[in-house]
Amino acid sequence: MEEILTYAQAEPAGTVAYAPAGGLLGSVWLLVAIPLVSAAILLLLGRRADRWGHWLGVAAVGAAFVLGLTYFFQLRGLENKSVERSLWQFIAVGDFKVDFGMLFDPLAAVFVLLITGVGFLIHLYAVEYMAHDEGRRRFFAYFNLFVAAMLLLVLGNNYVMLYFGWEGVGLASYLLISFWYERPSAATAGKKAFLMNRVGDAGLAIGIFIMFATLGTTQYDEVFNGVGALAGGTVLALGLLLLLGATGKSGQFPLQAWLPDAMEGPTPVSALIHAATMVTAGVYLIARSNPIFSANSTLQLVVVSVGALTLLIGCVIGAAKDDIKRVLAWSTVSQIGYMFLGVGLGGAAYALAIVHLLAHGFFKANMFLGAGSVMHGMHDQVDIRRFGNLSKYMKVTWLTFMMGWLAIIGMFPFSGFFSKEPIIVAAFEREGWTAWLFGGAALLGAGLTAFYMTRLFVLTFHGPARWTEDIEHPHESPKLMTIPLILLAIGSVAAGFLLSTSVPDWLEATAGLGVQEKGHEAVLAHWLITTLSLLVTVLGAGLAWALFRNGTATAPQQAGVLVTAARRNLYVDAFNEAVFEKPGIFLTRALVFLDNRGVDGLVNGLAAAVGGGSGRLRRLQTGFVRSYATSILTGALLVVAAFLAVQAGWLA
Amino acid sequence: MTELKLPSIDYAALSPILIMLGAALVGVLIEAFVPRRHRHLVQLLFALAAVLGALTMVVLNSDDRLLTAAGAIAIDGPTLFLQGAILILAAMALLLIGERSVERGGYFVAQAAVTAESVDDRRQAEGANGATEVYPLTTFAIGGMLIFVAANDLLTMFIALEVFSLPLYLLCALARRRRLLSQEAAMKYFLLGAYSSAFFLFGVALVYGFTAGVPGRSAGVDFATIHAAVGTSPASSVLLFAGIALLSIGLLFKAAAAPFHVWTPDVYQGAPTPVTGFMAACTKVAAFGALLRVFHVAFAGAAWDFTPVLGAVAVLTMLVGAVLAVTQTDIKRLLAYSSIANAGYLLVGVLAPSKDGLSGTMFYLAAYGFSVLAAFAVVTLVRDADGEATHLSRWAGLGRRSPFFAAVFTFILLAFAGIPLTSGFTSKFAVFAPALDAGQAWLVIAGVLTSMVLAFPYLRVVVMMWLSEPGESTPTVAVPGGLTAAALMIGVAATLILGVAPAPLLDLASGAAEFVR
Repeated sequence: MEEILTYAQAEPAGTVAYAPAGGLLGSVWLLVAIPLVSAAILLLLGRRADRWGHWLGVAAVGAAFVLGLTYFFQLRGLENKSVERSLWQFIAVGDFKVDFGMLFDPLAAVFVLLITGVGFLIHLYAVEYMAHDEGRRRFFAYFNLFVAAMLLLVLGNNYVMLYFGWEGVGLASYLLISFWYERPSAATAGKKAFLMNRVGDAGLAIGIFIMFATLGTTQYDEVFNGVGALAGGTVLALGLLLLLGATGKSGQFPLQAWLPDAMEGPTPVSALIHAATMVTAGVYLIARSNPIFSANSTLQLVVVSVGALTLLIGCVIGAAKDDIKRVLAWSTVSQIGYMFLGVGLGGAAYALAIVHLLAHGFFKANMFLGAGSVMHGMHDQVDIRRFGNLSKYMKVTWLTFMMGWLAIIGMFPFSGFFSKEPIIVAAFEREGWTAWLFGGAALLGAGLTAFYMTRLFVLTFHGPARWTEDIEHPHESPKLMTIPLILLAIGSVAAGFLLSTSVPDWLEATAGLGVQEKGHEAVLAHWLITTLSLLVTVLGAGLAWALFRNGTATAPQQAGVLVTAARRNLYVDAFNEAVFEKPGIFLTRALVFLDNRGVDGLVNGLAAAVGGGSGRLRRLQTGFVRSYATSILTGALLVVAAFLAVQAGWLA
Repeated sequence: MTELKLPSIDYAALSPILIMLGAALVGVLIEAFVPRRHRHLVQLLFALAAVLGALTMVVLNSDDRLLTAAGAIAIDGPTLFLQGAILILAAMALLLIGERSVERGGYFVAQAAVTAESVDDRRQAEGANGATEVYPLTTFAIGGMLIFVAANDLLTMFIALEVFSLPLYLLCALARRRRLLSQEAAMKYFLLGAYSSAFFLFGVALVYGFTAGVPGRSAGVDFATIHAAVGTSPASSVLLFAGIALLSIGLLFKAAAAPFHVWTPDVYQGAPTPVTGFMAACTKVAAFGALLRVFHVAFAGAAWDFTPVLGAVAVLTMLVGAVLAVTQTDIKRLLAYSSIANAGYLLVGVLAPSKDGLSGTMFYLAAYGFSVLAAFAVVTLVRDADGEATHLSRWAGLGRRSPFFAAVFTFILLAFAGIPLTSGFTSKFAVFAPALDAGQAWLVIAGVLTSMVLAFPYLRVVVMMWLSEPGESTPTVAVPGGLTAAALMIGVAATLILGVAPAPLLDLASGAAEFVR
């Protein structure tokens, strides 16, 4: 244990230098500006934009995607693939300077493509999905606001810009989760997400303050170049605070409870924000801060532990849920756990985590949109126990969802296989018993994932129909919804292989990232791990198929301890309530009591004392000159006596 | 027989004093020779012209640093600053005194000899033109104050004290309405004033005795002699300290410091409101000017001994002013207690033995004078058929009836409470900061605590004006005549400007903060 907990300082990760952005890349700020302007137009024009507003929103993201592609190809031709452009001095107070600047490098580029590409498809889908909603224009305004904030988050060239975008996506997420704010559950879920994110955001903010305090800057390059000179304890504190921020945004342990509740928002929101993009911001933060996390092995151990724990928590709870979107949400939690595992492992695994992040963006968006399509055809039913046999009625949704399912469980040759399996291998490449611990967790997670995702798939699309009485004939969704599904399904099939062969090399050019260090030899042979992971996947899927082939009861059944616990989110909510909420409420009441009785009592008592004293003293003011003269004489005697006392030294 | 040698007199340096006293004498002649119809206008213009002339001379003399009239008068920075302050504030007070459109015939009784509450009295109250003797009386008082702040020996100071006190006693008795209250106030003020003058004179005698016997110097009551005697005199220091005690009692009486403040509420309430304003602003300046000179010049060597005693007086003054203000029900008495508490804050400045303490005190005096005159100007406007409605319950709901004047009064009250962006804040800061530097934190703590207590009565008035519904008895606010409006606007503008941009006046005070010895 001892060698793990030493604040081991790794070698500085080479000097980070960014080139100034010239030519076309100088206009990289347009990526943020276009969706932002569109959001402003939609919000400011109000009802006047109702008829065409959604198309403006789609067009803005489409334009950003095209622009992003152009920048991407520009960047490929460059020698130093990290270019930055300082737009203006954002904050300048004494030594405290913050740039409003953009950084476009391979890491940012892949995020831009993911956000705008997947974002464009989901926007397109939402045009139809939200067609009957009165607030569609408002929805697209928030959606564009989200895209702008997310792009700012990944494009900023310092931590303050990142924080700016970070809060922006938090705001958009809050607005969209509680989009149907007239529903109490949606309003509550929005607040829950906001509050839990606050906890993480506070960590991130304090982390940034520490950078100011110790390094005097928040520019990425200056921070990364300076981090080697910091004391080990400082780096650890800094990293843990950044990690706290990351866990809050990405729904990781211990701040995972808000993410499943966030599914109260419209399904495209769940697909874009709470599956594909925003929740991966934590992974981005850790990947971007790679030089900080690489500088301290304890820090990496913490990140890996968070990832491993969360991926198991997500699997276990996901297996016990009956709400189609919540199952998907817990699977998101679990998959991001894999990504944290990857970024925590450091070295080459950083790139693997990013690959998994991108691949996950496709197949998870695909499945969320598929779930939305199912709900669309089933009168907004979300309970998988009331589905079944939909494969006959919703062919496109069924087939596309199948691609997503096969991808997420990591079946060869779908994308999840190429993105997840290397992470499992990397987990086995650690030193000593931790290799077995984290490798085993990753492997177990793969089996569990196969089980609950198969359960979801089978219960929804196969087996006997268990529909509610009001549904006669489920219908397939219109073209505008199925086309994005098909495109994303193609991504689910193909993206993994393409990404896993190209992205690691591409990311190597990211300054400060992808510093290749030779990993340890894996404790198991590579082929064995691959076989094992496929084996557990098949086992898990087969078990689920066997159990749920014939449907399931439509009401909750008696269950054992583990399932009950999983149904109750492993008692995390109960824990939060008992440990934070109850004492918080008690503290509030105690403070109110103290304020009413103690502070107010003291103040009122003082006021009463002053008032009473005043009333009594007033009686001395009799109005008679004789008594006034007496009081002056008394005063005079006292003053003379005091002077004489001072002179005689009595008061000294 | 030695030839009588006349001291040289610098008439130019003395000209502000001479102008005011001369104007007062001419004012008496105007009373005698100008027809009654024109007297008011002539007197007012003449008095204002005299004040402005004197002010001009003060400005022209602003570089003088000299002793004249055989060392009896010192024309130096503090003298000129305080004379200027007195003259400007006196001009504002004269504007209020001269107002005749708010109350028909002015605020003063037509003939002081008419028996109070008689039929004749009621007739004169209905609108006979007020007595114009108030102008020469006021000019005499101003002249006395100008000497008071310049006096460089105790006898000159005593004479100046009487010169400005006697007219004030008379002025207090000249209210047009509620004449019994007014006469009672004047009587009390006169009796207690005479009483305190006796203390002062006795103190002068003791100090004279103390100065005797200093080698190479003859006994005397000029400040240079006293300054030299402190520490070197072979006489018993009991003489010195008893002398300081009695002298300061005479001065603290004028400054309205506790426990010598007892006259203040009664006199402020009974006197005609413009005279109250004049006293609150100008008498304060004069009294503290004298205190500053006595303690910074004559007794500077005994600072270690008088500071604790006067500090205790300051704390007591703040406490009494603040605590008693809480339960007042009459706006004029409330302002009187506020003025007492402010005397305590000013004493904090007096006791800070530094240039900053001196300049801060002078700044405070000027700033407070503007605010308090504006406050009394508003009081003259809130009235019903029986004259001013000074009972606080009558002010309830005034914000609805007359938002403008209620807002102006609110602003002045906030300034008294020391809220930032008003002169009340900057001036308190100006006296507390040097006191802290001088290590007298206890005075500052007492000052801040009592300021908090004092904020309550001010805010109570604000709340009453704005948050209460106007009742049947809520008086209307009279439309001010041009003179009152001018005085009010000058006061409010100064309160605001000195709160937002106090630097010019602070620089002026700081440049003037050096006594000649």
